[in-house]
Amino acid sequence: MRRRRPLAEIISALTYPLHVDDITALFDPRYSSKQPRARVTKVVREGPRTATIRFHAPPGWREHQAGQWVRVGVEIDGVRHWRSYSLSTAPGQDPAITVTDIGQVSGELVRRVRRGDILYLDPPQGEFVLPEHPRPLLMITGGSGITPVMSMLRTLAGRRADADVVVLHAARTRADALFVDELDALAQSAPNVQHMLWLSGEQGRLDLTTVDTLDRLCPDWRDRAAYVCGPEGMVADAERLWADEGAGDHLTMERFNVSRVDGPAGEGGTVTFTRSDREVAVDGATTLLEAGEADGVALPSGCRMGICRTCLTKLDAGRVRDLTTGEVHGDPGDLIRTCVSAPAGDVQLDA
Amino acid sequence: MTTIALPDAHDIARIPGASHLTRAQVDELGRELDAIRAEVMDSLGSADAAYIKRVIQMQRMLEVGGRAVLLGARRPAAFVVGTGMLALSKILENMEIGHNVIHGQWDWMRDPDIHSTTWEWDFVAPAKGWKHTHNDVHHTWTNVVGKDRDVGYSVLRVSREQPWEPRFLLNVPINAILAPFFEWGIAIYDLELDEVKAGRKSKKSLVDDLKAVGVKFARMVGKDYAGTPLLAHLATRSGPTALLGTFLANTIRNIWAHTVIFCGHFPDEVESFPEESIEGENRGDWYIRQMLGSANLTGGKLFHIMTGNLSHQIEHHLFPDMPSNRYAQVAPKVQEICERYGLKYTAGPLHRQIAQTWRTIARLSLPDRLAVAR
Repeated sequence: MRRRRPLAEIISALTYPLHVDDITALFDPRYSSKQPRARVTKVVREGPRTATIRFHAPPGWREHQAGQWVRVGVEIDGVRHWRSYSLSTAPGQDPAITVTDIGQVSGELVRRVRRGDILYLDPPQGEFVLPEHPRPLLMITGGSGITPVMSMLRTLAGRRADADVVVLHAARTRADALFVDELDALAQSAPNVQHMLWLSGEQGRLDLTTVDTLDRLCPDWRDRAAYVCGPEGMVADAERLWADEGAGDHLTMERFNVSRVDGPAGEGGTVTFTRSDREVAVDGATTLLEAGEADGVALPSGCRMGICRTCLTKLDAGRVRDLTTGEVHGDPGDLIRTCVSAPAGDVQLDA
Repeated sequence: MTTIALPDAHDIARIPGASHLTRAQVDELGRELDAIRAEVMDSLGSADAAYIKRVIQMQRMLEVGGRAVLLGARRPAAFVVGTGMLALSKILENMEIGHNVIHGQWDWMRDPDIHSTTWEWDFVAPAKGWKHTHNDVHHTWTNVVGKDRDVGYSVLRVSREQPWEPRFLLNVPINAILAPFFEWGIAIYDLELDEVKAGRKSKKSLVDDLKAVGVKFARMVGKDYAGTPLLAHLATRSGPTALLGTFLANTIRNIWAHTVIFCGHFPDEVESFPEESIEGENRGDWYIRQMLGSANLTGGKLFHIMTGNLSHQIEHHLFPDMPSNRYAQVAPKVQEICERYGLKYTAGPLHRQIAQTWRTIARLSLPDRLAVAR
C-alpha cells in the first residue's frame, strides 16, 4: 500500500521509533507513517446538498482506476469517522469525491470542509472498473451512483473519444441530477455517447424488474458490458434481470447504502468470527470475548474488565453494546473491547 | 437449591483502610466513581484531540531540535541545550504521550497515528510486552503482593507483605542502580523471566519476546549511540560529546521516570494488599484498592505534564483509559469522595514523597524485627 522509499527508511533509523514521515508531518500535515492524508484543493457546490471535494493526492498514493472508491476519514469532535465514496475524476487527475449530505459524515464533508483542510484516505479499491478491452457499454445509475461512472466517462473522453456508451441515469428531478450539464455536453461532443435522464419524479421508478423499459431505451442492452450503481433495490433488480436473461456475465454492480439494522436493546445476535470461520448465536448479555472463547476462537484477552485493551479486535460489520455504559456503537474498522462488548444485532469480527 | 446471602457488613475480608465500610457503601462508591468516569468520557471532543496533538507536535520539535543542536556538541552551550531538549523530548514522549497512548487513553479518536495498537515508544521495552505487564497485570492487581509484579516487586522489597530475604539487604543500592538504567530494568522485567522459570510462560514466547527486545535494542542503540554521534562527528567532529549528550538525555529521563513511578505507589500511607484480601472483589472494592494503593504528587500544570499526569496517580489508577489531560478536573471530585467515605487520599510534594519512598525501601531492606517501627 505504501511505496517503499529506501532513503526514507535509512533516515528513519535516526528518528526511530518515529518514521521520517512523522517528522515531515511537522511541516506538511499530509505526511504520516500510518495513514495517508490529502489536502483539499477545491470544494465545488454541485447542488443544494451536494459538493465535489477535490484534493491533492497524499505522498505515496497509488493512482486509482476509473470507477474505484476510497475510504475517506474526517474528524468530527475529535473522533475519526470513515465512509466510502466513489472517486469521480479520471486517473491521473487530482482525485475528487462527490458527496451528498445524507448523514453525519457526509454532512460534515459537504458543509464544513474547506480548501486547505486535511482528509484521511485509504488506498483506492473496488472491482467496478472498465473492461480491459473496448466494448459497447451501458451505464445504469441512480442518484449519487453516477459518481464512479463519471470517472469512467471522463477517462474514456480523454482516451477513446469514439467509445460507444449509453448512460441511463435516474434522478428524482432534473435539479437533483448530478453532472447533468457535463453529461449533455459530453453526449453532444462524442458521437457515440448517449445520455438519457430518467426523472422518477415524473416517470415513476425506473423499472428493471422486467425487460420492457430496457428493450425500449437500449434494445441491444444484452450485448453490452453493463454497469449498475445505485440504491440497493435498483442493483438487486438488475442482478435478477440480467441473470434471468442469461447475461449475468455482462453485468458489473456497485452497491452503496447497505442498510444496517441495529438489534433491539440487549437482544444479541449472530456473531461471525471471519478469520476463524465460526458463527455463534450470542445473547445481549454475553460478551463477544466469552462467546468467542466458548466457541474455541483464539481471541486476545487481558484484564477482562474493560481497562487494559489487550482484547481489542477489529469490527468488520454490525454494532456492539458496551456493557459498562449500555452505549451501542461501532463502525466497520473500529477496534472494540471484546471483554465488555455484547452484540447489538448481527456482528462480524476480524478474528 | 441454596440461596447465598451476601454479607452486608464487615464479614467479607475488606482491605484494612476500608474495613469500616459496608457492602452497600462500597457499591454506592463504585456507582459514584462510574458516574464521574462516564461524565468525562461522554464529553471528550476536539479540544482534547487538539491537546494531545499539540503535545506530540511540541515533543517532536524538541526531538528534532535537540538532535540538531547536538550536532555541534563540541561547544558547551550546544551540548547543554541539545542534551536538555532531548531529555525533555524523551520525558514527554515516554510519559505524557507514550505511556498514556499505550493505555488507550486516546483510542477514542480512532486515529491510527495516536493509537494503543500502533504506538511504539522511545524506550527499550517494546510497547507490546509493556501492555501485558503494565496495563494488564499491574493495573488489574495494583499493589497485591504476589500478583502485582510491577518492577518494584520483582527486584526490591517494597512491602512488608513480601517476606524478607537476605538479598533485600541490597535494596537501596539496587534501586540506586535501577534508577539511571530504568528502561533496561523494565525491558528485562517485561520478559517475565520468573514466569518462565515457574513454567507459566512458554520458552517459545520468551524467545519471541527476546527477538522483539533485540530488534528494538538495536534500533534504539543505533539511533542514540551510533546515528546521532556519527552525524555530529561528520558535521563538527563532535561525536564523543554528542554521544555523551544522548546518553545523559536517556539517563535523565530514566531517573525522572523511576522517581515519578516509585512515588506513585511506595510513599508512606500507601497500602499493599495480601492476595487473599481481594477475593470476591467487585467494582467498588477494586476502586478502593486503586485509591489506597496509589499516591499523588502536588504541583503546577507544567509539573503535571512532565510527570505524564502520573502526579494524578490515584485518578490514573481509577480510570486508566481516561485521557490524562482530564485527571486534574476529576481529582477534586475523587478527593471529595474519599473524604466522605473516610478513605485515605495520599498526596504530597515531590521532595517529601521521594524521601518517604527511599526511606521505605531502606527500612524494608532489613528484617522487620530489626527495622525501626514506622
